[in-house]
Amino acid sequence: MDYFAQQLINGLVLGSIYGLIAIGYTMVYGIVGMINFAHGDVFMIGGFIALITFLILVSLGLTAIPVILLLVLLVSMAITALYGWTIERIAYRPLRHSFRLAPMLSAIGMSFVLTNYSQVAQGARVKPIPPFITGGYTLHESQDGFVIQLSNIQIMVVVTTIVLLAIFTWLVSRTRLGRDMRACEQDQTMAALLGVNVDRTISMTFVIGAALAAVAGLMYLLYYGLVDFFMGFVAGIKAFTAAVLGGIGSLPGAMLGGLAIGLIETFWSAYFSVEYKDVAAFSILIVVLIFMPTGLLGRPEVEKV
Amino acid sequence: MPHETTHTSRTAGLPALLKTALVNALIALVLFSLMVGVRTEAGSSGQLTYWTRFGEVAALVAAVFSGSIVIELLRQWIGSTGAEKLVPSAVQHGMSFVGRYLAPALLFFTLLVPVIFYDQRYILDLGILVLTYVMLGWGLNVVVGLAGLLDLGYVAFYAVGAYSYALLATNFGWSFWICLPLAGILAAFWGVLLGFPVLRLRGDYLAIVTLAFGEIIRLVIINWQSLTGGPNGVSGIPRPTFFGIPLDNSDDGLAAKLGIEYSPTHRIVFLFYLILALALLTNWVTIRLRRLPIGRAWEALREDEVACRALGINTTTTKLTAFATGAMFGGFAGAFFATRQGFISPESFTFQESALVLAIVVLGGMGSQLGVALAALAMIGGFELFRGLETYRMLVFGMAMVLIMIWRPRGLIGHRAPTVYLTKAQAISSDLVKEGHG
Repeated sequence: MDYFAQQLINGLVLGSIYGLIAIGYTMVYGIVGMINFAHGDVFMIGGFIALITFLILVSLGLTAIPVILLLVLLVSMAITALYGWTIERIAYRPLRHSFRLAPMLSAIGMSFVLTNYSQVAQGARVKPIPPFITGGYTLHESQDGFVIQLSNIQIMVVVTTIVLLAIFTWLVSRTRLGRDMRACEQDQTMAALLGVNVDRTISMTFVIGAALAAVAGLMYLLYYGLVDFFMGFVAGIKAFTAAVLGGIGSLPGAMLGGLAIGLIETFWSAYFSVEYKDVAAFSILIVVLIFMPTGLLGRPEVEKV
Repeated sequence: MPHETTHTSRTAGLPALLKTALVNALIALVLFSLMVGVRTEAGSSGQLTYWTRFGEVAALVAAVFSGSIVIELLRQWIGSTGAEKLVPSAVQHGMSFVGRYLAPALLFFTLLVPVIFYDQRYILDLGILVLTYVMLGWGLNVVVGLAGLLDLGYVAFYAVGAYSYALLATNFGWSFWICLPLAGILAAFWGVLLGFPVLRLRGDYLAIVTLAFGEIIRLVIINWQSLTGGPNGVSGIPRPTFFGIPLDNSDDGLAAKLGIEYSPTHRIVFLFYLILALALLTNWVTIRLRRLPIGRAWEALREDEVACRALGINTTTTKLTAFATGAMFGGFAGAFFATRQGFISPESFTFQESALVLAIVVLGGMGSQLGVALAALAMIGGFELFRGLETYRMLVFGMAMVLIMIWRPRGLIGHRAPTVYLTKAQAISSDLVKEGHG
């Protein structure tokens, strides 16, 4: 039971990171209708920028950890968001009215560019950082000495995710930008006729998605203590799987799917085998889609007859 | 349309031009500042160190600045003359004439490649590689180009074929000619197995399931060490024989039997014609199938699934046959790959390969057989040009993919012959071909 509880905590933390990345996939899919294959690499870039900012701030002599964290968060979010904006401008905007496979292939090409750009710029080796946030709480200790730990990083990841989700939900449901986004999701032409700046709204979608991916990158860096140029691909497919599992286009679905994938992966590693955890996650995706062809919270597609 | 507002105006003056370039340079400065400007490296004790590279950042920013001026000037120049007028009409006419005879001429040239380049092993090897991708492209074309089913895990069938041959040949000692059909059948079986769960799925759900399937196959190959050798792969795969006669310098080798001097090039030439034959088989079967009811059902499925069902076409068998046929050719190509390399490992079957084959199909122009062959030649051959720049190769490749998509979203060959026609075959523009949500 204790072991189960500990794995539940670990799974929720991992799921939060996946969920943050999955929101970027789901938002872009909802509005532009394309799979942004480069999103996983945007997450990786966010992790790298966080790492580099950490190094610079520490070598400048800063010691107050909350100040460092806040600065790293802001710098990483800002620069990664600019990456998202530029990618949309270069690779997706010229293809917006093209046929469906064209933007997908240019997204795959963009993903290759970003992966190899990081490899060329920062080298192929794994970059570790020393544990920054240490300590935690012991929640429960059983007779045979098994302890349920809740580390400070885990608390931070979950709290950050909840706060960001709250801000994000407010943004989508209460602000002008959110209204524009929902309008574009319904019908881009109609939205444009009614005075919505479609171009700017789509750009902002990429910017917000990239900023959330940057936060996920920072959390990943703090939680696992490393980044490398190839981590975007694996995390990207997992988050994409999460978005599809939850029903692509649905924001609560993305978070739910992220948590589901995180939990499946953690429990499978804990009780069965670590090697097959990804196989388990993908197999469960296939099984869920057989019975619910539009994901857990997806709306059924209306067929025109 | 709103997407044309990227740049201020077509005939922008010099100040506007400079302003755009300056803004682009500033954006580039922010983008490259940390990622390029600060290089990190883990020391021997795991301690991270960094050093700055402001020179590189400055060079990149300057390149972006001058590059955006050049692109803007080019855009204005082409915009005023019109892209069509750049090519005189006589040349355009000649091009369409060439287009009619391009396919036979290309085939004739390919047949002669081993004769012309007999001494140049590198060109022969490259030819084999290009032909392998031509075959994979034609195989995937059945699934994506004809049936309109977006398959992101095609490399899984390539892997199934390769491992089938490798394991059957190393464990039981069966010859290539027995294993080849078996590899195709096994791959087709996996194609049907993948087909079943995706029957009800549409569009992008299909894409993610095929991607997941490809990853599952790769992960199982890596982790099922007792069967597949895990990351170490399978080595010592037997070389193909000329219908039982080995191609080596032994006494029962082909060279000794024919009474000619042995040369290792014989095997390469044999492999070249083998993959050429396999690729042509794929092409021939595809063209024949397209004329049969099943092929027309695939194309109908790509255009409109609902109408397809209303007409009484069984979408279940249509989808499954498309997956099985495409997978079978992937399996053949995999078996060939295994026998050519003599060694296979999971590293050869990553998502990158699937994306590469899909890129060949889309760049070629969906459903165009000639286009796929040209795209394979351009992509794989072009890729070889950058062999010297090892680390920059994939970077350039990715950029090329983006740029080609922007330049020709419908692929290189924008027109193709119709499958069936009433009196006269009129070329169909690929703009009319649906991408399919089947």
